[in-house]
Amino acid sequence: MSTTAPALHSEHEHHPYGWRRWLYSTNHKDIGTLYLLFALSMFFLGGLSAMAIRAELLFPGLQLLDPDLYNNILTNHALIMIFGAVMPAGAGIANWMIPLMIGAPDMALPRLNNLSFWILPAAAMMLILSFIVPFFPGGGTQINTGWTLYPPLSVQVGMSMDFLIFAIHMLGISSVLASINIIVTILNMRAPGMTMMKMPIFCWAWFVTAFLLILVVPIIAGGVTMLLFDRHFGTSFFNAAGGGDPVLFQHLFWFFGHPEVYILILPAIGALAQVIPAFSRKPLFGYHSTVGSMLVIATIGMVVWAHHQYTIGMSLGAVTYFMVGTILISIPVGLILFNFIATMWRGAMTFETPMLFATAMVLLFSFGGLTGVMLAVIPADIQYHDSMFVVAHFHYVLIPGAIYGLFAAVFYWLPKWTGHMYDERLGKIFFWVNMISFNLTFFVQHFLGLAGMPRRVIDYNVIFTEFNFISSVAGLVYGLSHLLFLYIVIKCIRGGQQAENKAWEGATGLEWELSSPPPFHSWETAPQVK
Amino acid sequence: MNTPRSLWTLPLLLAAAPAARAEYGLNFPPPATPIAREIYDVHMLTMGISTILLIGVFGVVFYAIWKFRKSRGYEPDQNFHKTWFGTWSWVIVPAMVLGVDLTIASNAQKVLDKLWVVPDQEGMLDLKVIGHQWYWEFEYLDEQVRIESRALPQEQAGDLYLRDVDNRLVLPTGRPIRFLHTSADVNHALWVPALGMKKDAIPGYITETWAEIDTEGVFRGQCAELCGTWHARMPVVVEAVSPERFAAWVTEAQAAQAAAEAEAAADIEWSLPKLMEKGQGLYNTKCASCHQINGQGLPPAFPPLKDSPMMKGPVGPHIDIVLNGKPGSAMPPWKALLNDLEVAAIVTYERNAWGNDTGDVVQPRDVKAAR
Amino acid sequence: MSQQHDTPGSHYFVPDPSPWPFISMFAVFALLLGATLMINDIALGGVIVTGGALLLAYIFYGWFRDVVAENLSGAYNRQVDRSFRQGMYWFIASEVFFFASFFGSLYYIRVIAVPWLGGAGYLGSSELLYNQFEAAWPTAGPGQLGGEFSPMGAWGIPALNTLILLTSGATITWAHWGLKLNDQKTLVRGLIATIVLGLLFVGFQAWEYQHAFAELNLTLESGVYGSTFYILTGFHGMHVTIGAIMLIAMLGRSLKGHFSPQNHFAFEAVAWYWHFVDVVWLGLFIFVYWF
Ligand code: HEA
Ligand code: HEA
Ligand code: CUA
Ligand SMILES: [Cu+2]
Repeated sequence: MSTTAPALHSEHEHHPYGWRRWLYSTNHKDIGTLYLLFALSMFFLGGLSAMAIRAELLFPGLQLLDPDLYNNILTNHALIMIFGAVMPAGAGIANWMIPLMIGAPDMALPRLNNLSFWILPAAAMMLILSFIVPFFPGGGTQINTGWTLYPPLSVQVGMSMDFLIFAIHMLGISSVLASINIIVTILNMRAPGMTMMKMPIFCWAWFVTAFLLILVVPIIAGGVTMLLFDRHFGTSFFNAAGGGDPVLFQHLFWFFGHPEVYILILPAIGALAQVIPAFSRKPLFGYHSTVGSMLVIATIGMVVWAHHQYTIGMSLGAVTYFMVGTILISIPVGLILFNFIATMWRGAMTFETPMLFATAMVLLFSFGGLTGVMLAVIPADIQYHDSMFVVAHFHYVLIPGAIYGLFAAVFYWLPKWTGHMYDERLGKIFFWVNMISFNLTFFVQHFLGLAGMPRRVIDYNVIFTEFNFISSVAGLVYGLSHLLFLYIVIKCIRGGQQAENKAWEGATGLEWELSSPPPFHSWETAPQVK
Repeated sequence: MNTPRSLWTLPLLLAAAPAARAEYGLNFPPPATPIAREIYDVHMLTMGISTILLIGVFGVVFYAIWKFRKSRGYEPDQNFHKTWFGTWSWVIVPAMVLGVDLTIASNAQKVLDKLWVVPDQEGMLDLKVIGHQWYWEFEYLDEQVRIESRALPQEQAGDLYLRDVDNRLVLPTGRPIRFLHTSADVNHALWVPALGMKKDAIPGYITETWAEIDTEGVFRGQCAELCGTWHARMPVVVEAVSPERFAAWVTEAQAAQAAAEAEAAADIEWSLPKLMEKGQGLYNTKCASCHQINGQGLPPAFPPLKDSPMMKGPVGPHIDIVLNGKPGSAMPPWKALLNDLEVAAIVTYERNAWGNDTGDVVQPRDVKAAR
Repeated sequence: MSQQHDTPGSHYFVPDPSPWPFISMFAVFALLLGATLMINDIALGGVIVTGGALLLAYIFYGWFRDVVAENLSGAYNRQVDRSFRQGMYWFIASEVFFFASFFGSLYYIRVIAVPWLGGAGYLGSSELLYNQFEAAWPTAGPGQLGGEFSPMGAWGIPALNTLILLTSGATITWAHWGLKLNDQKTLVRGLIATIVLGLLFVGFQAWEYQHAFAELNLTLESGVYGSTFYILTGFHGMHVTIGAIMLIAMLGRSLKGHFSPQNHFAFEAVAWYWHFVDVVWLGLFIFVYWF
């Protein structure tokens, strides 16, 4: 395959420099970097709020927060982590890697690409405003609804809810535009010979994710719009007195919300499909079935949303359908994880940091997924629902799932991005501290839930003290461990051993044929893929 | 790579959970209805299956980690995915997973049918459950008994704080009970693990559940749906008693209610101190969770009553807001929940406590007039 | 002219750094911040909104001016053109789902929520709460919110508007057909006709609202019927207005002779958009006005 030829076109000779390069960028790598930096800072912000939550739950009784402030922090924690950290991080990696992987000069619509990024800071500002306005005189009450924003509670809340609603609109617009760009890039920008079925799984994962986003984000946008109307223009979509139904909002939210969780996990799965073969030194086991499974996940994922609402009083027929549908999702997900394990099988594995995170994800995501199947079983979910057991479940899928997938991807491609190898020793230390403290933090929450501790409570009875204490202490360690991550990344950007074009022995794919870091314009002339 | 200790303990601990069957704090509290018991078994079944699967996954992966590593000079098998196994695993694996899924689903289905369909038989106890911010109101529809149950403050509840209430929900054993849930303000959810019951209370709608308790005892739960500021302070305490004791309790409760109404209706002149003392009791149970014992409130959510113009101004609007509430805020209408005397007492108390000292004395008849 | 190259990999136009996306951040932020302040009637809200709106208008102008210039300078090859087209498809797709959320809600309300309130079906116990609320459509709910009202009939203005939109769909196709044959006159005539019809539609819609408020007492407050009626027709009307504005821009460009039979993506994009609002209207007519 060919490597980069010198730039052919005059308008590309000069590189933009200074602040313009970043603010006005039309370059997929720079925009990708912006996305990643934004995501990292949001992750720290959301994490700090999580630390506040854990600090409050350290002992029974009201320690540092009052109830509404606690719920407000909780709401922001969830929204910042999901919309501010995980989704932009995925989009950032997509921006960086998809053009490199499919042999394209850039994203298909570079200016639109930059627009979808710059909407994010505005949205973040709105989100933060929604958090702080209540502290000003006349700022109204705090958002005490949790990230699910159920009415009528969310209709009671003061003006800060309006900031939040508009923030969600912006986040939605941003991710829809980004998704359009990704779909078009993948359909239209592949190098000659790069058929869809030769495309790296990471690109496939994002292809599916982008479709999901385009399908479900407008639904939540519509939902919060109706909420806004109920709050200010006297409509009664969610008000029984006027013939509406509070539950309608729940349906709209979860019709978005459940596909959303696959939006969070699929890019991580895609990254694993690159990392595991590289460090097993053999091709991915079951390429086609992995692609197929992702499509099935997306399809079933669209039609099982009501498993979050088993207690709202649906008919027997409805709940039965949602239960069976939800349980069946274990088939495609299980097949994908099986393929990963089969890829490791009879490979020649080495365990650099990316592979450590990948292995941990395979194991712990299975765990989180299995508790998910437990939740799907209605009679039992009647007991689990809205208890700390749910909290444990979704942190097990979100952190060793989404976040570890992202860590694996970051460590895997960091050499390509920065041109330097990161500090392997520190990387390994980071993994072990992070992974062990994570499990201590969230494993015990299962027992809290089973014993009857509800979620979203600021104060709890003394019988729940021990486990909450463990969870909080471990959570602090876990949180602090991310400072090490920050240090590793900065160190790696600053310098370190020069990375070769092909940074990892077992790595395959077009991205490894470009220099590390790649030239400003990735594939001026497209490579021929055989 | 030395295998991480915490990773090992995961499946082990999960496997240990069944051992801790009744042991409180690790698993469901002991069930008190037949269905709750079946739910418990479904829960143990799925958890067992998950544990086995998890041990399987961990086993295979750790074996691979130990066996197929470069450091042990293992050569990658580049054609593994081309073997018959590689070509057919996409059928075999889903088939196996499907089998497990169906086992789980079919077992759950049996319980679900019983749990979901509320039997419609003679002699059922119809109980209307109304969630309020932040207390529960229970109406025994046929017995015409209405009780409110609120969390006890820490001093009184002690170790049971957040799991104990002033008026328990008294229910008979051996008699099917239909719970009809609704709400006065926002969504709540009545959750009593021992009864295998959780259902959302949705304003303007009725949702149904049922239970037939077969063991006497006290069962504790909490409100499970986030309902605002004091969501953490909405415990439920069910006291299951024999039918006889239940009947006795009902007559007792009815008598108490009648007495209260008579007192309110009796058209006598109430003195300030009498109303103050009555009002203090009522205020501290019904109003203080928002406006606080010291009347300082929790602005901006809950306005202070101490030195508030409303308390010091004319009586009319004051009575009106107590009766009809403040739309679009957490202040509910108390019309249906308080009788004239109680409103009079509360208003009088609020106008004279915490140095508001207006000296106004509001009589039940003033309230009647305002209704 | 890289017009000829089509094989992917032949130079794909990557624009130079552009200020517009970055500035958009401020525009969007001002717009929504202002809106928030406005609906909570706080001073300055209106000012900030107008500021944001003006800035946004300026951005649209500047951004599209750049794009047009690049296009006319022949910077775009067919691959770029394909990117634009596919981008537009998926944008319209997302719009479709935005409306889907409202249609879905209408369905849920009519088929599930209102009957339940009326005491039907699984949650049939609602009579505990309301003494005899008859489930019916249209309804203002058990609370009769917004007072007595009469619903909007289908066969007056709505039917007329249907006719207008369908015709406009035909005229835009006529214009496109003229463009394909490089027949400037037909193109311009077709566009003007479409624009006129579009504005006519909006005018009638406005008149209908006025009528609803004044005579039918049908307002946003009129229970869930009023809610669904106004949110669906309102957002549709908004989209028609936007479509009309885009058509006017296209008219301007056609007069400037920007379009050629081979190269007129912008025109087609607007045409698709117009057909999209057209189809949405049919859905509205059937489910909101008719049945
Ligand atoms: C990355 C995010 C993510 C992912 C991937 C998942 C995956 C799954 N989730 Fe989870 N979930 C959340 C994030 C996620 N979830 C969040 C955030 C919430 C809470 C929202 C809120 O209320 O705030 C939630 C809540 C939630 C609920 C509602 C609980 C309640 O509120 O009462 C349910 C119920 O069914 C559920 C089920 C599932 C299932 C069945 C899967 C499946 O996809 C899992 C599939 C995976 C496996 C099954 C494991 C691997 C497979 C094998 C090892 C093969 C063998 C397996 C079998 C034979 C079973 N989830
Ligand atoms: C991707 C999503 C995501 C992620 C990554 C996290 C990460 C974390 N979450 Fe979160 N969480 C949610 C999504 C997520 N959460 C959601 C959706 C909810 C439900 C909300 C609702 O109910 O509405 C929730 C709710 C939730 C609860 C339940 C509260 C309740 O129900 O009452 C708790 C409690 O323990 C919790 C804890 C944590 C912790 C300790 C982390 C840790 O992983 C965070 C670790 C990261 C950091 C700490 C930041 C980096 C480090 C620093 C900034 C250094 C300085 C830090 C220190 C001072 C120690 N989360
Ligand atoms: Cu009531 Cu939570
Ligand atoms: Cu889900």
